[in-house]
Amino acid sequence: MDAVVVENLVKAFGEFKAVNGISFKVREGEIFGLLGPNGAGKTTAIKMLTTLLPPTSGRAKVAGFEIKNKQNEVRKNIGIIFQDPSLDEDLTGKENLEFHAILYNIEKKKRDEKIGEVLKLVELEDKADVLVKNYSGGMKRRLEIGRGLIQEPKVLFLDEPTVGLDPQTRRHIWDYIKKLNKLKKTTLILTTHYIEEADYLCSRVAFVENGKIVALDTPKALKDNLGGDVVSLQVDSEGKEEFIRSLKGARWIKNISKHEDFVDLNVEDGERRIPEIMAIANKKKVAIKHVGLHKPSLEDVFIHYTGRTIRDEGGSTKEQMRSRHKAFTRR
Amino acid sequence: MDTNAIYVLWLRDIKRFIRAKSRIIGTLMLPLFFLLGLGLGLGSLVKLPGGGNYFDFIVPGIIGMSLLFTSIFTGSAVLWDRQFGFLKEIMVTPNSRASIVVGRIFGGGTTAVMQSILVLIIALVIGFSVHVTIYTALAIVFMALIAATFIGLGLTLGSMINDFQGFQLVTSFFTMPLFFLSNSIFPVTALPSYVQYILYLNPLTYGVDGLRNALLGTGTFSIWVDLLAMIISTLIMTGIAVYAFNRTEVG
Repeated sequence: MDAVVVENLVKAFGEFKAVNGISFKVREGEIFGLLGPNGAGKTTAIKMLTTLLPPTSGRAKVAGFEIKNKQNEVRKNIGIIFQDPSLDEDLTGKENLEFHAILYNIEKKKRDEKIGEVLKLVELEDKADVLVKNYSGGMKRRLEIGRGLIQEPKVLFLDEPTVGLDPQTRRHIWDYIKKLNKLKKTTLILTTHYIEEADYLCSRVAFVENGKIVALDTPKALKDNLGGDVVSLQVDSEGKEEFIRSLKGARWIKNISKHEDFVDLNVEDGERRIPEIMAIANKKKVAIKHVGLHKPSLEDVFIHYTGRTIRDEGGSTKEQMRSRHKAFTRR
Repeated sequence: MDTNAIYVLWLRDIKRFIRAKSRIIGTLMLPLFFLLGLGLGLGSLVKLPGGGNYFDFIVPGIIGMSLLFTSIFTGSAVLWDRQFGFLKEIMVTPNSRASIVVGRIFGGGTTAVMQSILVLIIALVIGFSVHVTIYTALAIVFMALIAATFIGLGLTLGSMINDFQGFQLVTSFFTMPLFFLSNSIFPVTALPSYVQYILYLNPLTYGVDGLRNALLGTGTFSIWVDLLAMIISTLIMTGIAVYAFNRTEVG
């Protein structure tokens, strides 16, 4: 069954289309990623799917319910970890969790149990009774992540879940996200502009650019579509042409290109092909000075589809949206 | 109605109120100055038509005023919650918008009534004399209804306006006329008859008159007329607040 079905969803702010007709399906139990630069429309898409913003046109079903007219049913089945802070800083960490649990109708005994569990998970047990305004940025983020897990949602949305976290905590959260997905079969939809995050976590990734999905597949397939790994060989000029000629006989080499004294080969499973390439070189008595293996990253995929890199451009999303809006209206 | 949401929002306001001690003291300052300046100072020069002590007359008016100000301010909490993101957190939970509004009114109402009782105690210390009747306890009910009406107004404004500066401008545009065009600091009959009609449209007039009926045993209208008027204004303002809040986007 599909946990989320999105058909041609559009959100326009005046003339400007923040989300411009996206469609995708997320299977139950999947970790699905929306990857793209800041201001691409990921957060707006999430806001529509979590019933916080009404779509301008198009439709979507979350956990089997239409987001347009079954908002309350959708809300019962989802959780969201927001990109921007959404805690009450005048309450303690524990109170924030408790209020959240009551808002989801979780009875006292289960509530205490879950609160203890998530506090332990996000390592805030000893800060539970401290007012949130005295928390550090990372602690606040961890508390928010813990809060989103309390009601054990069927579909959990994570909007840039690890922005501003130190590498250790980030790894920790990633592992937890994976564990949650495995044990509870929670469907996860996350937005991110961190390539490694999408690559490490997601079963499928949609690249979002200017409110549109430009590519959608498993990270592996996306990378493979680029033509596999690149094996880069530095060879002596003597016998180079002959070497290339003999390489052309190998069917597993998809493409050969040369520049200066380098020969680049597009192959799949680069690690396993290197010995074979060496064997050919040996037979032809070609001396290889240096071998390099480059595996295409999702970054390369993104560059391939959009012609630019995903940069961590800094500045808040709102600012980015504003500048994009300005650029748009100036046209 | 989702009672859980109402309970949580109520509890949240109580906790925040108790923790913000400096805010409590701050909100008691303005009524205190009014009691001293208007009640005692100006009051010594004022003769009420039909007799009576002006200080006693103005105490319910000042309680009404402090309720008006704090309630509209409380309504503005929506703006803060929007700013700090907590609004999203509430809005995405499976609770009706109406129960969020009602929870806010209950929470803000409770804290506003607690403040008013403190103002009343200060007035008693300064020399306010309550005329105790079987209706005296109704004073609390009137305080609650005044608070509910104007929290409704505050929530409505808070839902429609997105920036703080705009909100302050608009609230003073509402609070000043609501305060001065009521019977808070003078009796309705002190004004020319065509202005009196405006006062009759102002819920605060009935609220303050109800407080006078309850605390002093005298008023312009019957206490039941006051009560009915305040119940109606509470229902209308809650309805408008729910409507406005329903339309607000968390964007």
